[in-house]
Amino acid sequence: MTVSIVRFGGSNCDRDAERALEHLGIDAEIVWHEDGLPADTTGVVLPGGFSYGDYLRAGAMAARSPIMAAVREAAADGVPVLGVCNGAQVGCESGLTEGAFTTNESARFQCEHVHLRVERADTPWTAAYDEGEVIEIPIAHGEGRYEIADDRLADLEDEGRVLFRYCDADGETSPEANPNGSKHAIAGVLGERDSVAVLMPHPERATLPDVGPTDGQGVLRGFDQ
Amino acid sequence: MTAYTATVTVRLKRGVLDPEAETTAQALERLGFELEDLRSADRFEVDLEAESAEAARERADEMAERLLANPTIHDYDVEVAER
Repeated sequence: MTVSIVRFGGSNCDRDAERALEHLGIDAEIVWHEDGLPADTTGVVLPGGFSYGDYLRAGAMAARSPIMAAVREAAADGVPVLGVCNGAQVGCESGLTEGAFTTNESARFQCEHVHLRVERADTPWTAAYDEGEVIEIPIAHGEGRYEIADDRLADLEDEGRVLFRYCDADGETSPEANPNGSKHAIAGVLGERDSVAVLMPHPERATLPDVGPTDGQGVLRGFDQ
Repeated sequence: MTAYTATVTVRLKRGVLDPEAETTAQALERLGFELEDLRSADRFEVDLEAESAEAARERADEMAERLLANPTIHDYDVEVAER
């Protein structure tokens, strides 16, 4: 089984993802988007970075690469797909998940450790955690504010497709603990299937023990179910 | 075939926060200008050849739908002029 990490022009967390998955014993390879998705892929990572310089909108160009049609097909067949940071923006732009990640409320690039509350523990990405558990994972983005029309937001909440929310160390949400002004403090959402998820924080940067907290491991273990 | 320029203007929907516009408004105020509000928009000028103005508009419309705008956060409009 091999997880494909899709590299676009300007991806820069592809090798981090590969190392983090290797550390967990999950076989992964970097795939150049123009080469297409390997037929036997057992999972897809849309990695972080600044694909195509964030031209037009973050993720907009990569989302229109032909490989994304194959990723959507694989996702519909139940292949696990995880979008991280720029990959989350690509995921929303390509219709894998609802909503959009746009300019932070602060209008600044923010690189910091944040707390996340696990909203669902019955998905592949969160099976390692308990519902309501607070984990610490870094963010590094300028365009991570989750936006969605109010009626769609209500449906997203009703359908339990909010995966992570920004919170304080005690698990409480508040404007102060919401780093980018996301609606309902949403940090990550699920697609139509629970096997598809996108999030702005970087679990691959919180996996190797040498570089700090390892709370992100559980998310990546979603490929090992 | 006639040569047209289709101008596609993409704006954030009303009610969607625009931190870039807010920052720009604050900078104008720091320069001593008085203003009530400021909105920003992206404008794309597409030169194309089409059978008619209507055909040019349809093509520009599809460009907006498929790439230039994100319907989750944007409204857009298209204007077509002969060039």
